[in-house]
Amino acid sequence: MSTTTRPQAPGSSATPGDRLAGRTFTHQKPPRSHMLLTVLAWVVGLLFVLPVLWMVLTSFHSETDAATNPPSVFAPLSLEGYQTFFEANPWPPLLNSLTAAVLSTTLVLVLAFPAAYALSIRPVKAWTDVLFFFLSTKMLPVVAGILPLYLFAQKAHLLDNIWWLIVLYTSMNLPIAIWMLRSFLAEVPVEMLEAAQVDGAGLARTLKDVIAPVVMPGIASAALICFIFSWNELLLARVLTSTVAATAPVFLTGFVTSQGLFLAKVCAASLVVSLPVLVAGFAAQDKLVQGLSMGAVK
Amino acid sequence: MATASATGSNGAAMRKAGDWARRAPLLPALIFVIAMTQLPFVATVVISFMNWNAYYPDERGFAGFDNYVSTFTDTNARSAVIVTIVLTTSVVLLSLLLGLGIALLLDRKFRGRSAVRTMMITPFLIVPVAAALLWKHALYNPEYGLFNGILTWIFGEGAPQPDWISDNPLLAIIVAIVWQWTPFMMLILLAGLQSRPLDVIEAARIDGASTWQIFTHMTLPHLRQYIELAGLLGAIYVVQNFDHVFTITSGGLGTANLPYYIYQTFYTAQDYGRASAAGVVVVIGTIIIATAALRTAFSLFKEESR
Repeated sequence: MSTTTRPQAPGSSATPGDRLAGRTFTHQKPPRSHMLLTVLAWVVGLLFVLPVLWMVLTSFHSETDAATNPPSVFAPLSLEGYQTFFEANPWPPLLNSLTAAVLSTTLVLVLAFPAAYALSIRPVKAWTDVLFFFLSTKMLPVVAGILPLYLFAQKAHLLDNIWWLIVLYTSMNLPIAIWMLRSFLAEVPVEMLEAAQVDGAGLARTLKDVIAPVVMPGIASAALICFIFSWNELLLARVLTSTVAATAPVFLTGFVTSQGLFLAKVCAASLVVSLPVLVAGFAAQDKLVQGLSMGAVK
Repeated sequence: MATASATGSNGAAMRKAGDWARRAPLLPALIFVIAMTQLPFVATVVISFMNWNAYYPDERGFAGFDNYVSTFTDTNARSAVIVTIVLTTSVVLLSLLLGLGIALLLDRKFRGRSAVRTMMITPFLIVPVAAALLWKHALYNPEYGLFNGILTWIFGEGAPQPDWISDNPLLAIIVAIVWQWTPFMMLILLAGLQSRPLDVIEAARIDGASTWQIFTHMTLPHLRQYIELAGLLGAIYVVQNFDHVFTITSGGLGTANLPYYIYQTFYTAQDYGRASAAGVVVVIGTIIIATAALRTAFSLFKEESR
């Protein structure tokens, strides 16, 4: 076993004989079953993406072509759906969503980083209890507190105010960010912290030179996932806003009309509203996994 | 060295100051989270013992356990409990199984692997309300939805044209949510698969272990904690699902889950007392389930470290 000193080839499960054949096409199974599995993977992937492709195609059809049976796949393309959507003035809700998502994400990071620091680098005594307390608040369903949050907003004149949503989204996402940043901070080697201390580095320099390089990916993941969750949120936004502070998801729910055809414009609207999440998610696929698992999977 | 001598030579006051220096960075976040999650819940508990309907503001008063009694005797509330349990367990189990299968398919080298991975992630990146609208109108619609359109393509004029949502309302919601959550499960399980020690697996293979043996004896035990994690996190999010129920059926046809039931009781019926009682019941239920889940996770964790 130990006589073969070979470089680690990640993902390769080839037997020693096959490895000579070349790097990219090594496979241990017979080619036929390998081909079948590849075809299966492609079929499953296409099935999962098909509804989205259908949404894209429908959004570029005219309302009459969008609502036919059987579907008119090759109908001429049209921008009618997008025109109707943008004529409905979606900018205030889109801007509200952007404000809420960006500002709450910023607030989350500002609050989460020091807290994660106090739970890892220089931990408080009962740090595991505090950590699990934060997690437990994620298990407290939003509906359990929504009425007092509504009544308070009513008394404090915060109904239909984007700042109230920002505060609530911050508390909704803070536990996730704390868990994630803590798991990254816990990986900062103790020896390096001690070495920095011996060298007389202050807190600012330690943060910049020792901690930041390790934690930056964690901050990026936390920011991505907090942005997505805030952008997607519907229940709180629906209950707590009406006209001025309505967010994009609330706008979407009001976009279906009971009369006439609406499929193309609903598809166009859904795509535009999902676009920021799609772009951010595709651009940072690996960050997505880290974020969703709250840093447990890196 | 430095910390050891500091705690050794200085007095208790110094140590106390040090404790507070440690706590200080934690406090803003901790106070904020307590204020925003625990205080509202305490208020919910208080309101749950009150007779308070915003339509009848003059009749506000103490109600004792009336709201709880009506929560447990109300058929809608009981149905909401059952729907929540069915919805959450079926979505989590189905998306875990699908996610595992797809993760295994993607844990191999093949042409276009990253393209398939990207396609798989897409459903998760559609805003939930938008996804629910897509399923309801573009896919399920009995007149011009894609599903019935495909049936017409295959069977021609006399093709069956089921009304997907009316025929199986809960299943329609479950399928739409599974579509969104399978990528989540798949991503976590794929990360788990890729963290397997490959040299050990290769050694087992050389020793003559079959693919199935490797899967059941090595891959699954290794994946167990990832499955636990994905299941727990998935359950936390799915149990609170509001968007799909709200969009696809508006809680009708016996599909109202607890979040929707509470939303309706408080927002539409304005019965604050009853909505709060239901909220407290949800929290107690969640605590019981979450404690059990955490305990399992913890015992697993202990097994691993032994």
